[in-house]
Amino acid sequence: MSDLHTELKKSIIEQLNLEDMEVSDIENDEHLFGDGLGLDSIDALELIVLLEKDYGIKLTDPNQGKEIFNSINTMAAFIEKNRTR
Amino acid sequence: MKQLFIRNSVLIRNSKVLKNGQLLMQEPEDLQLSKFLKNIYKERKLKYPKFFKMDRLSKLGYLGAEILTNGQIEDENTALFFANSASSLQTDEAYAESMEEFPSPSLFVYTLPNILLGEISIRHRLNSENIFFVFQDFDAGLFVDYVSTLFSQGKTENALCGWVNLHNNDYDVFLWEIALSGGIDFNEEELKKLYLPTHE
Amino acid sequence: MSGTYLLNDAIISPLGFGTGANLQAIRNSESALKFHNNSRFFKEGYYAGLIEEDLIDSGFQRLGDAFLYTKLEKMIILAVDRVIKGSDAFDPQTTGLVISTTKGNIDLLARNKFTPDRLYLWKMAQVIADFFNLEKRPVVVSNACISGALAIRTASYLIAAGRYKNVIVAAGDLASEFVLSGFNSFQAISDEPCRPFSKDRKGVSLGEAAAAVFLDSENIGEGGDKIQYLDAVTANDANHISGPSRTGEGLFQSISRLMKANNVEAGNMDFLSAHGTATNYNDEMEAIAFNRGGLSQVPVNSFKGYYGHTLGSSALIETILTKHSLLDNELFASHNFTESGVSRDLNIIRSHTRKELNMALKTASGFGGCNLAMLLKKERRS
Repeated sequence: MSDLHTELKKSIIEQLNLEDMEVSDIENDEHLFGDGLGLDSIDALELIVLLEKDYGIKLTDPNQGKEIFNSINTMAAFIEKNRTR
Repeated sequence: MKQLFIRNSVLIRNSKVLKNGQLLMQEPEDLQLSKFLKNIYKERKLKYPKFFKMDRLSKLGYLGAEILTNGQIEDENTALFFANSASSLQTDEAYAESMEEFPSPSLFVYTLPNILLGEISIRHRLNSENIFFVFQDFDAGLFVDYVSTLFSQGKTENALCGWVNLHNNDYDVFLWEIALSGGIDFNEEELKKLYLPTHE
Repeated sequence: MSGTYLLNDAIISPLGFGTGANLQAIRNSESALKFHNNSRFFKEGYYAGLIEEDLIDSGFQRLGDAFLYTKLEKMIILAVDRVIKGSDAFDPQTTGLVISTTKGNIDLLARNKFTPDRLYLWKMAQVIADFFNLEKRPVVVSNACISGALAIRTASYLIAAGRYKNVIVAAGDLASEFVLSGFNSFQAISDEPCRPFSKDRKGVSLGEAAAAVFLDSENIGEGGDKIQYLDAVTANDANHISGPSRTGEGLFQSISRLMKANNVEAGNMDFLSAHGTATNYNDEMEAIAFNRGGLSQVPVNSFKGYYGHTLGSSALIETILTKHSLLDNELFASHNFTESGVSRDLNIIRSHTRKELNMALKTASGFGGCNLAMLLKKERRS
């Protein structure tokens, strides 16, 4: 597992107040929304803020989020490719 | 107007939790609010991950309702009447701080006091009547007038009422149930007595 | 069920000061939504319905010292003053004041030249009550975007309970940086003036306004037809704190319970004043709920294209406009509507139309999953 994967899990737990979860509870390929981690639409908006704040990526089309936020793996791949910080 | 009755009541105040006048929990007075809320959650053995996502105002309302109802509201038409003095000001201030850098959607959503009614409705699956009032301080007469009219117009047969105030981490929570039968008459005087017990 | 009469009213908005000026602007198909480029949260600018404080101050001059009151307080005072002026039944000792607001003086969080307690909604209400020397303590309803209509119901209940003989219901909210940035963080703000129920809608536009109406249990004042508030019902979606229910459950339940309690049917409705914020999910939710309620054929509009979403004021302003629609037998077009962009049939009003009107349904929905449906009825008097 890359540092970015762990870093993402940590910030997701912190930013989304998943207080009852730990890094080891989140699988890299687990769905973040729906039947996986069970995140909701406000979490998705907060993840958009996280991308901008931590990695300097501004999502212009909110529909992009669906694919990017599929799992930790897809998020990490997108960040590697687009990060400006 | 129909005679209404107060069933159970809950107070969360000064690091203490009381139900129907009985002390359920007591924590050190100087305990941080966030810790106190978490301790109540644990002590009551609640399993509701959404709790951690709520702002503190909603946490106070949610916990109060769990303790008041033992986690079960039988009548799905139970109306919710809540009020406080500071609205959502504590979360407003936190959101305003986030505006300096990146406005936070998960804070913004809690910048309305009636979100706590939404949280209780979701938790107990209530498609019922809701209202949130703001007064300078606890106004028993207004609760009595509004709730009595709702009952007399046949809009509901049960109500869950609450005063849930929070600002600068100072909190004051008083919840009570109103029904067509029960122990204590629902009137201004009795309500005031329950809100400010003299033996405390 | 005894109704309550909606008597004198006033709207203070970018479309004009006073209900008459607002109605005239609507008849002329004017919109408050203009392009603004003054916010750090919108690099490309944004559309909103804003009122210049200078304009408010020049209106306020004859009433008092503009320096002592916040922008929102002045707007609400201007509305209440107009309502009191023509109300013989107004009595500062017995008339109640119910105020609807979601955020009150929230703009003061950024720069507060007043005392900190002005941020409390009850304090703002008290400042307004004190301005008019009202003896009764004001009541604030803060229940997201249904507050304006819920304040009318509250007033009606408090009259029924004998607390007041009559009540001034007032509402006000600002399109502050606070709410603009918040809706923007929800990615909910349209980059052009909002288009409720349209296929090409892109989200909400925000607006600011104040309004007031005088409620009395007796039909007083000049002769002619009067509009009665009959009843209102609220219902929660119990689904999500910000996203509307996919099935329109709460809105549907509020409508069906209201109709049942008042022995009326969808076919009795001559007009439906919808919430219609122009977000994808909200408008679709409303279309589903209206369809479930059998309201597909009822002429419907959203007033948001004229004003933007004025939050705690919107449902009160729309109730006042609905009142005048009924009185004047006039259906107003749903401004900015192009072609239907919801999955269920709705009878959207495309142009201003004269029609005999007797009964109207007003609905509103808001964050926290709240929904409200309200019945207004015309009472004829020769």
